[in-house]
Parts: sequence; structure tokens; C-alpha cells
Amino acid sequence: MTARERMLAAIRTGLGVTGSDKIRAATVSARLEQHPSGTVPARAKGSAKSQAALFADMLEGQAATLDWIAREEDVPDAVAGYLRDLNLAARARIGDDEMLSGLPWEQAGALEIVSGPAEPSDTAGITRAEVAAAETGTLFLTSGPGNPTSLNFLPETHIAVIRKSDIVGGYEDAWNRLRERHGQGSLPRNVNLISGPSRTADIEQTMVMGAHGPRRLHVIVVG
Amino acid sequence: MKPQSHAFKETAAHAIHDPGLQKALANVRSGFVAKRARARSALPEFDQLCDEARDIKNHTLAHLNLYLEAYETKVREHGGHVHWATDAAEACGIIADICRNQDARTVTKGKSMIGEEIALNDHLERQGFEVFETDLGEYLIQIRGEAPSHIIGPAIHLTRPQIEADFRRVHTGLPADRNLDDATKLVAEARAVLRERFVAADVGITGANLLIAETGTSVIVTNEGNGDLTQTLPRTHIVIASIEKMVPTLEDANTILRILARSATGQDMSTYTTFSTGPKRAGDPDGPDHYHVVLLDNGRSAMLGSQFHDMLRCIRCGACINHCPVYNAVGGHAYGWVYPGPMGAVLTPSLVGIEEAGHLPNASSFCGHCEAVCPMSIPLPKLMRHWREREVDEGRMPLVQRTLFKAWAFLAKRPALYRAASSIGIASLSLLGRRQGRIRALPFASSWTRHRDLPAPQGRTFRDQWRAGRRT
Repeated sequence: MTARERMLAAIRTGLGVTGSDKIRAATVSARLEQHPSGTVPARAKGSAKSQAALFADMLEGQAATLDWIAREEDVPDAVAGYLRDLNLAARARIGDDEMLSGLPWEQAGALEIVSGPAEPSDTAGITRAEVAAAETGTLFLTSGPGNPTSLNFLPETHIAVIRKSDIVGGYEDAWNRLRERHGQGSLPRNVNLISGPSRTADIEQTMVMGAHGPRRLHVIVVG
Repeated sequence: MKPQSHAFKETAAHAIHDPGLQKALANVRSGFVAKRARARSALPEFDQLCDEARDIKNHTLAHLNLYLEAYETKVREHGGHVHWATDAAEACGIIADICRNQDARTVTKGKSMIGEEIALNDHLERQGFEVFETDLGEYLIQIRGEAPSHIIGPAIHLTRPQIEADFRRVHTGLPADRNLDDATKLVAEARAVLRERFVAADVGITGANLLIAETGTSVIVTNEGNGDLTQTLPRTHIVIASIEKMVPTLEDANTILRILARSATGQDMSTYTTFSTGPKRAGDPDGPDHYHVVLLDNGRSAMLGSQFHDMLRCIRCGACINHCPVYNAVGGHAYGWVYPGPMGAVLTPSLVGIEEAGHLPNASSFCGHCEAVCPMSIPLPKLMRHWREREVDEGRMPLVQRTLFKAWAFLAKRPALYRAASSIGIASLSLLGRRQGRIRALPFASSWTRHRDLPAPQGRTFRDQWRAGRRT
């Protein structure tokens, strides 16, 4: 018997299951197809406007910063201004995200934009969140050519861009958005739920930002 | 690691008199406990979500073989490999084989309690691989050659000066006069040292907080982002997960994630919650080429349907540990293996045997705080009591205790005799404590009175009062 067969048999024995699994299998299939939702916190069910405010409150509570801009074409200036205000290098990397790659980066003066997955020498990465859940200020970033995962983690500064209309209430709403795009039962290699900059409290429970991932997370909301 | 739980009495006695450890343990009380209370009160639905999470795990365990098979199918659909390991030796062998097949030299690791359970680092190092822990707490104990002392804060027993001394010892090549006098500087140094490891690694190994059958996904929860660099940069990502980590759907994962960080660190959500499904896809510019999941049994299937079935709901938040007066007095190392505190007192005997770990279920005041804060409603005191009962049934209780309990049982079944014996006992105790109202040293029970006084009997006995009609 293989290890697989031994383990599955031991589980059936432990559960006292004998004979056919037909009825149990139907229960399992139904659950996987219907994926019923549990309780969604009431705070995740308000109006779009209140969700945007909650999203900002939660993120700021987790030491991220936010910027609100009206138009997509203003993103380059917002990025350049953020980096300038913090005295950071005027250089950032993006993937070939449909929104980010089409922006007029050349308008933002000295800002240099390069493309591709992160290099260890990169100082800032810019990615676009496909969707975000307001209930805990959580961005959902999906891997792929548009937004390489390494851009979210390797550079010291992570700038995330999200359309205001992509801010939903709870995690359930966010997963349903991803199901619409990627199909049920199917996800990209990575979905990164990010709720702030990297941190650790492993030394005497003292909170220190920038443990291994970005020291700062700046979120630009468009719309 | 090899269990040392049999030595609990000695290691616990030593821990109580370790001033550095006691200072470090004070951080548990002021940190985790207060933050959890705040996070819970900020979410009105918290208790409801805990009930639902319990039901999700009960449902999943009742159909575990089917969910594991559904999960396996989905991982394969997404281009990943699933390996099954009945015990630690099989799991270590599978992982070493994957590393060898990749011609790997260096391996980075995210924090994994399963990795500790199967002593994975020792095995890989013996096979010639270089292994680097990347979670800061795990890194700290790796360079000290120690075991974790807490399941979510592995280095919680250390103080800053100890860590500074370790960094000066291990990080050779850096200026000897550099300033490391606060946590920020220590973290910055660890970040720089480990950054090189992330970039150079051939294989990255992570654990899993959850496995999702609907999508074939493994989930890790971190604050540092080390797990993400570990699994994104190398060519190969290996996930090591025990079988009870399974949940059916993304919605079920939501429910558990809503209570996990709140119960553990008191955060509403951990900074990074990462869902990984298979290797990188065609056209992806980064991510691993190979994705392997090792499903570990190591004693879990034997717990299914047993008295300890409920323990398989545990999501390793550590709330029971943080709230345990015994853990807070002796720290994690006294427990002698991977899992300390109340959850360890139940789990360790299940996984390494009651012969080795018999002291642990006895190391409890049965105050019940662990059960009260457990988000998965695991009746931890009851499960510890099951182990104590087995200890008696199997004749493992020391002769003196066994004799005393037998004598008490004999008397308790004979009311007249009980009354006579207890009045002799009460009279003797009153005599001993007549001057101060308490007894400083009790003959035949000196190990009890060495650490505290026994109050002398006051007034009349309950039975006397009952007889006299004071039934209020």
C-alpha cells in the first residue's frame, strides 16, 4: 500500500466509515460548488462611500499611508510627489498591468519607470490591486505579467494603486470578483492579501517596521 | 527535535528561577493577552464566527479523506505535485529527494511548526543542504541552536541583550563597534543578512495555516513577508502541511482568518496572508517553476474519532498558551517539545506518546482560561483530564498518589468512617496551625508547604453546618 492509501484508509477507520463514500462525496461536492458564506461582519456591508472610508481607516491603523486622486493620468505625479516628499530615489518598477503600463509616466519629471519582475537593487515597486476588502483594509494582489509578486515584497517601498470602484466590503465580495475573472475553483499562482507594510515583534514584542518586506506601503486610490 | 518532555519537572523548576526568562515572559502578558482582548471587543461578530469556525472544522474532519482527495486533484490541475507522508521520516525523505532532484544547495524556510515537529532542518543539514530560517524569531533560535518556545513567537523567551550578543557572535565581518542597542537596529541587520539568503536560495519551504480544497491552495499568514520572499524567489516551492489544515472553500478560509490573527497577535488581519496555487503560470515573470505539497499524517489520523478528536480543530493561534498561568510561569522550553502550553499538553502525548509526555497534562491548574479563549472551542481541560485518566488506568501514577487516592475513595464511600477520619484530620490541622491561623510545614506534604502555607481549618465543617440546618 502507498502512503496515500494508508493515510486515506486510516482516516476512514478513525471516522468509522465503511462501505461506499457516495453520500459523503455528494455532501462534499455540494459544499465545494455552492461555497456557502459564513457570517460577514456588519461593518463590511455599508454603502460604497462608507466602505472606502473604512478601507482607509483600517489601512492607516496598520501604518500604511493613503492618497486619493481623481484621475488615472494623475497617478505618475502622485507617485513622483510621494517619493520626493520622503526623499526617496525617483525610480520605480512596474509590471505590464493594463492600467499602470498605459499611464503618462513621462509627464512626471525626473521619475524613472522600469518594467519587469523585481531586482534586489530596486527601491520602489508599484502594483495594482485587483480588488480590496474594506473590512480590514486588505488589498488583493494577483500574480501574473501585469503585477509580478516580487514587486510587492522585494523593494523597500511598495506603492499600490487601486480604483475606488474596486474597493468592496468583505472578503467574500473580493473572492467573488476573483471568481468572475479567473473562474470558480481556479486562482492565479499567488493572491497576496496585504494589509500594511512588513513588520515584526519578535524582539521583546517591540513592533519594528520593515522586517523583510517593504518598510512602507503607500496606497493610491483612483476615482 | 527529540522530545524532552519527560524532564518537565526539572526544566520547569529551573525556568521559574531564570530571571532573564521571567523578564521575557512578562512580555507575553502585556502583549498578546491585551491585544487579543482589544481585537475581540472591536468585532461584534467574533463569538459567532468562532462557532462557525468550529462547525467548519468539524464538517471538514468528518469528510477529511474526501476533501484531501479533492484538494489533491486541484493542486494537480494547477501543475503542482502532492506527496503523502505517514510520518516524520517519510516527510523528511520526500523533501530531501525534491531538493536533490533540483540540485539544490541552499534552502530558505518560512516558519513551520510541522517543520519543527519532523526535525526537518536537522535532516536536510545531514543530507548536505544549507538551511536558513527566515522568520526573525526562527532565525534567532536557529543561530542559538534552540527550539521554539512559543508557536507564534518562537523567540519570545529571549531578551534584546541576548539577541545583540548572538548577532555579534554570528554576523562576523561586520564592524565590531556597530551600534545594536535597540530592536530596530537588530531587525535592520537581520534583514540585510537574510536578504542575501533569499536571493541565493534554490528551494523555499513554507508551512501552511490552511489548505483549501475548492482551489487546491495553501495559505500562509505572516507579518514579516519572509514567507513570500521564501516562496517567490527560488525555483522550487515546497509546502509542508499536516492533514488537519484542510478547509473546504475560500469562504471557510475567510471565517477562520477572521478569528486567527485576532486570537493570535490581536491584529484584525495579519499583514500578509498569501494564497498559493501551483507553480508560476505560462507568462508569469516570477514565482517558482515547481510547486510541491507534502501532506503529513504523523499521528493525526489516529486522533480522528478518538477522545482527542476535537484537538484536530486547533488552528495554532496560541491564545491558550498566552493565557495559561503555567506557561506564563515556566515558558515554552520546559514543555520539552514543539508545542507548549495547554494545546501542547494535549497534543504532545498524542504525537510522541504518554510515556514521554505524561507530565504535561498534569501541568495545569485547570483554571479553564485556555478553553474560554480558544476560538475553536476545544475543551482543553477535558482533554487533559482524559490523559490523566489514562495515566491512572495504565498504572502510571506514582505509588504514593495512587495509594492516597485509593484511601480517600475507600473513606468517601463510608460516611461514618469518613466523618471520624476527617475530624481527626481537622483536629490535627487545627492544632498545627493554632498560633498563626496557617500551617508553614506539614508532615508528609513538605513539597506542598515548601512553596506556600496551608490555611488552618476555620469554624465548623460543611457537614456540620448542613446538619445544623444552615442550608444556604
